[in-house]
Amino acid sequence: MATTVQPPAIKKIEKLQTGSGNGGWRPLVPAGGDSRLVQEFAPPPASTGIWVGLAAITMTFAALTSALVVRKGGAVDWQHFTLPSILYLNTVVLLASSVTLELGRRRIAAYMGGLRSSVQHPARWLYVTFSLGLLFVAGQYIAWRQLSAQGLYLATNPSSSFFYVFTAGHALHVLGGLGGLGRAIRKLKRLDLRRSTFDATARYWHFMGALWVYLLVLLWMKL
Amino acid sequence: MAQEGSGVAISAGIKGLDQTISFHGEPMHYVSHAHAAHHAPTSFIGKYVFSLDHKVIGKQYYGLAFIAVLFGMFLSWLMRLHLGWTNLPIPGLHLLSANGAPGDVMTPEFYLQLMTMHGTIMVFFVLTTAPFAAFGNYFLPIQVGAEDMPFPRFNMMSFWITFAGFIVLVASFFTGDGPTLGGWTQYAPLSAVGVASGPGQGTGVVLWAVSITLFCIGQLLGSLNFITTTLDMRTRGMSLMRLPLSVWAWFITSIMGLTAFAVLMPACILLILDHVAGTSFFVPSNLVINDQLQPHAGGSTLLWQHLFWFFGHPEVYIAIVPGFGIVSHVLIPNMRRPLLSHRVMIYSMVALAILSYMVYGHHMFVSGMNPVSSIAFSFPTLIITIPATIIVLIWLGSLYGSRLRINSASLFALGFISMFISGGVSGFFLAQPSLDIMLHATYFVVGHFHMVMAVAAMFGIFAGTYFWFPKMFGRMMNETLGKLHFWLTFVGTYAIFMPFHYIGLAGNIRRYQAFAPDYMQAFIPVHKAITVAALLTGAAQLIFVYNLIHSRFWGKPAPLNPWEATTLEWSTPSSPPPFDNFGGKLPVVYHDPYQYGIEGSSGDYVMQTSPEQIHTKSDEA
Repeated sequence: MATTVQPPAIKKIEKLQTGSGNGGWRPLVPAGGDSRLVQEFAPPPASTGIWVGLAAITMTFAALTSALVVRKGGAVDWQHFTLPSILYLNTVVLLASSVTLELGRRRIAAYMGGLRSSVQHPARWLYVTFSLGLLFVAGQYIAWRQLSAQGLYLATNPSSSFFYVFTAGHALHVLGGLGGLGRAIRKLKRLDLRRSTFDATARYWHFMGALWVYLLVLLWMKL
Repeated sequence: MAQEGSGVAISAGIKGLDQTISFHGEPMHYVSHAHAAHHAPTSFIGKYVFSLDHKVIGKQYYGLAFIAVLFGMFLSWLMRLHLGWTNLPIPGLHLLSANGAPGDVMTPEFYLQLMTMHGTIMVFFVLTTAPFAAFGNYFLPIQVGAEDMPFPRFNMMSFWITFAGFIVLVASFFTGDGPTLGGWTQYAPLSAVGVASGPGQGTGVVLWAVSITLFCIGQLLGSLNFITTTLDMRTRGMSLMRLPLSVWAWFITSIMGLTAFAVLMPACILLILDHVAGTSFFVPSNLVINDQLQPHAGGSTLLWQHLFWFFGHPEVYIAIVPGFGIVSHVLIPNMRRPLLSHRVMIYSMVALAILSYMVYGHHMFVSGMNPVSSIAFSFPTLIITIPATIIVLIWLGSLYGSRLRINSASLFALGFISMFISGGVSGFFLAQPSLDIMLHATYFVVGHFHMVMAVAAMFGIFAGTYFWFPKMFGRMMNETLGKLHFWLTFVGTYAIFMPFHYIGLAGNIRRYQAFAPDYMQAFIPVHKAITVAALLTGAAQLIFVYNLIHSRFWGKPAPLNPWEATTLEWSTPSSPPPFDNFGGKLPVVYHDPYQYGIEGSSGDYVMQTSPEQIHTKSDEA
């Protein structure tokens, strides 16, 4: 491998690109320059970091899935039960929250991209997303209450054990996502929300939706 | 990488150079990602306790490993004394356990508890934390030319969660009937049925599983930072192939850690649920222990082994691969020449990491798993020796004919290679199911993994310590004491672990607390000799402890680049480096990491940051 390069030429940056649309890699800073100038020269760490984090979460749920398959395969005591129907409503709620998050992204992009005076309440859709997320967790709680009313507790049967482990694990991750959303809203109010931070939060949130759909199919097939 | 409008991309016009270096702004100070939150803390707590500085966190990890290794070694002394002189009272032993040492004589159960704690502490809190988390935290950001990790808060949490895990584990000595006795692998069902299976199997196992869960979370946060730092925080000119081998080793290790710990964590949670919530993930039906039918039903005992070893085998490589990086990084400046092949070294480590996920079943040849699976796991196990052998041959080939500078660091690096070969050779035997069935439960395996993984990794830690101490503390370690430490440890280690192989072949079963059967009586004199060797080798480590502490405060002040090495950690303006590592100016990298003895260069070596024009063979090719 060659080892020598010419000393890099120096070029003064005249003007930082402003006006962040819904694409590209430009930094998310307000046009007015209220926020610190951010010059990104590599994929922002938040972008890589979130993929790495999602990989770890994927591995965790893959391990639990294989545990379910193995445990069910050798079991003589596996009792099937019908999933509480509120789970389907919860699914709709969680998927809807992904849509509202994307609506929120457009509004924020317009706000941060220089149209600040014409955009009122940039965080409005984020609040909606946040509420839908809370609604989802509350819905999961109702599902647990319904199951326990039927006499299905964590230790009743391996099928119910796995149901609680999967749904509780997912709900914990959703709560983490809610924390991330809250952080994004706070940063937006302080005008120091970076595009990469918001993108990472959104990616995590969409991943929670996809993971839930996967879990629902898995539980529906196996329980 | 190049971005619209906010920078320029320069492609170096040299044949064969396929990378583009992009950069922005003025060369000597440009804003990096971590810059915003990066102001030196002033309070004691912010500086030394909940520090966000990767260098302080690296030292904290080193300190944790230091305490853990002394404790783990102390436990092994107790075990060795018991194995040599079974009914010998050990004064004060009752202080460590309420029921385990009546009259200061160790009970069989307490022996197993000590064995479990020795294994758990050593594998998790020493072999994973020291070479990976400690040195990696300290040197990875510096070697890639970054001010810090991109997520310093995660980094700080990573250490303190790991620390909490250690406290929980040690706390199990002081609860109820003591720590768990199930071994560091915690095989189900005995680990999952509670106190019915022995002292420590109730609270002890729960604390063990909580501790390991915390450890997993800590290491996941650490791995997240390591991967992101390597990918995104490299300074200008630092292409992937220009990363030092130590960075490559930590990077590969963190990817392994990310996938392995993410599997162990849910397994531990399921184990906790079997204890506290009455679930039956791992306990089979109709299990009778001590004439009591267990209430659980239908669980799969092999499930635990599969989940555990899917983590467990990569974990072995998590312990040893950083050693590969450290040993290469230490040897090269002392050989004054690069390795035979930088790329093949990297590719071999990558191959090792990938294969490490396909071989885990070789720990389960005697578990009752389908014998066809055993054959299937045996093949990749034999194949994984190929990249390992390539790595060793690259070291040996590079060493051949070099004028090696003999110092404590290079001696320990040589010792690493020696241990890795000696311990690795016995791996060929164990990889074959037919031989493993006979050898699995014997001291042969104990000798094998202690040499190839445990002691080899320890030698890597020592090599790294002697090599990097001047950068970490600004003072030199005492070379005479270092060499004395090396020779005593090297000879002592062989004296301890080679006999393990022989008595294992002769049929000495492992995990026994005493050797009552007739045919094992003959091994007792060997065990006594091993115990003496272990005590002496352990005592020799006090030389290291003294050297470390004495040099920290009264050592000779270190020059900036005492080993005349080329990588970025030796370009920092001071030792230890300032808070932002490079004194406000991120370095620019012009060369491959190891440029020694280059014809036409002005000296014997060319730093990565030196703008000097040099020509290498690959330029002409």
